[in-house]
Amino acid sequence: MENSNILDQTLYVRKRKWYMPEWCKAWIALIPALFFLIIFMIYPILNTICISFIENFTWVGKSGSSFALSNFFAAMNNPRINTMYFNFNNYINVLKDTGFKDALFNTIMLVIVQVPLTILIGLLIAVALNSIKPLKAFFQTVFFLPYVTNTIALGVVFSMMFSSGAGGLINTIAGWFGGNPVSWMNNKWTMFFVLTVYSIWNGLAFKILVFSSGLATIDKQYYDAARIDGSSKFTIFRRITVPLLSPQILYITVTSFIGAFKAYSQIISLVGGGATNFGGSDHKMWITVVGYIYYYQNDKIGQASAAAVILLLIILLITGVQMLVSKKRVHY
Amino acid sequence: MAGNASSRNEVYFTSDKQRRIYLAKKIISYVLVYGFLTILGLFMIIPFYFMIINSFKDANIYQNELLYNKLNLFDFKSMGLSMNNFKAIFNLKLGGKPVNIGWFFFNTLVVSLLSTIFTLITTVLASFAFARINFKGKDFLFSILLATMMIPGEMMIITNYQTALTWNMANTYSALIFVHGVSVFYIFYLRQTFQQIPNELYLASKVDGYGTFSYLWKVMIPIALPTIISIAILSLMGAWNSYVWPNLIASGTNPYFGNSMKLVSNGLMDMFTNSLTGESNDTAKMAAALLVTVPLFIFFLIFRKKIMSGVSRSGIKG
Repeated sequence: MENSNILDQTLYVRKRKWYMPEWCKAWIALIPALFFLIIFMIYPILNTICISFIENFTWVGKSGSSFALSNFFAAMNNPRINTMYFNFNNYINVLKDTGFKDALFNTIMLVIVQVPLTILIGLLIAVALNSIKPLKAFFQTVFFLPYVTNTIALGVVFSMMFSSGAGGLINTIAGWFGGNPVSWMNNKWTMFFVLTVYSIWNGLAFKILVFSSGLATIDKQYYDAARIDGSSKFTIFRRITVPLLSPQILYITVTSFIGAFKAYSQIISLVGGGATNFGGSDHKMWITVVGYIYYYQNDKIGQASAAAVILLLIILLITGVQMLVSKKRVHY
Repeated sequence: MAGNASSRNEVYFTSDKQRRIYLAKKIISYVLVYGFLTILGLFMIIPFYFMIINSFKDANIYQNELLYNKLNLFDFKSMGLSMNNFKAIFNLKLGGKPVNIGWFFFNTLVVSLLSTIFTLITTVLASFAFARINFKGKDFLFSILLATMMIPGEMMIITNYQTALTWNMANTYSALIFVHGVSVFYIFYLRQTFQQIPNELYLASKVDGYGTFSYLWKVMIPIALPTIISIAILSLMGAWNSYVWPNLIASGTNPYFGNSMKLVSNGLMDMFTNSLTGESNDTAKMAAALLVTVPLFIFFLIFRKKIMSGVSRSGIKG
């Protein structure tokens, strides 16, 4: 009796009168993240879309905020800077601009060469890694190394490997096979080669890792069955490995398309010369869509915003198409 | 499956010829596979090797090699190996003022550590709310956040730059830590892990008198620790690599302390653009690149397994 009494008492003491409702706890947990997401993500997205519809948009010095519409109205009320208009002209200007056409062309060139090549090489390396036992960890580490390096630092190293001198590394290697020295960074298409090589080098690690972990989950039974049937290695690869790896392949395809469409720091690091140098005599030889945005974000903000919205639409389109295709092809 | 695995290695042959063909095929395939991996492995390693030897090489010797087509990769005696390139970097001057590369490392370290802590706190709390607590509008809110994952960061930078300027955040640590500190991807990733923890644990902990947040602290975080560690690692490496935002907002000097606010990425790029120009500085550039690469490499060698499993897990779930 004594014991149960104490127990009752402690229960009584512990019982609080008021419990915080669940939704309140949820919002307490959400507020730190949501606060920063709203200020630095949701609001900027809407704001940038807004800016893209304002012709001649500039930040009005004393409006005291980054809110596009308040800038717009401040400009409206100030007769000296009243040149902003709400219309589609930014989009028209961007789409007419040969600079943007070049940027789009360059980006698409980079994407259609890089993405399939990286995925194919990554897949082959992952399959090769999966089939060996000795030295496996060593090779895995080697292929992962580029992931833990700084893109800018290694871009500079690559630009020196492709140095135009006859004693540059790549020219030396080409010389072993009887090739002549090439000044890689002067011509648009040799530079394209350098960009592609660097992007593949830079991007392989993540893809190999994702494919490897996907391969590790495939049931060995399928391979045994195929071997009993006498299937060739290529058939096994095409009929078993690729279909069973299709979720990872889809994921990597989507992310590498988006990543390649946002190519920027590889290029400026290879070319050198600052954040808006994309090579060539006009510094725009390999300007990309993202490069275009940064190129104009100081003096033609409206155009830069319109380009950003166009980039968003392109990315949505690509992802949408890939999701549609994947419904038929991907086995989960 | 375990039984099958052992019998896989036993192969029976009907004739000696068949056995020889089988062995020959096996050897050829081994040679092909290892040859393929070795060639591509060399492709991966050569840039590092090139960077390391040339950052110790004498600048003039390297210039001569470039001009006279005699690239020296293996003969260490005639390279004039020294630490001069590194000394040159630490004594670098731009417009009469010393470029203090030490600040680049200090800033990067501060920003990557603090932003990782900030990211972890916000991510854990938000993904806990999304995974375990029921409240009105949860699915709606989460799907909005998911949709923003598709939106390229370039869209936000235009406005964020102006916001940071209006709030006097230019060249401060807070601009580098807070502005892009919360990541929807990490919230999504951790929510997945949290959701795999059975609900019974939650109910059991309630019976034991745990509150909601002590359940998070004492049960969920320990269980989800591998994922949290991978998020920390990804976030650390991301901070080490970020270029665009630091270059925009933190390329000057801190208004309060007067020190350079550059991180390694944009500090390096600036050095290459402004002070280490021309081919005569090639070896110094590579020394700078090596300096930036080494800390992350050491970090990688220490946490190799954690990093690789973390990155691959984020890939599968993503």
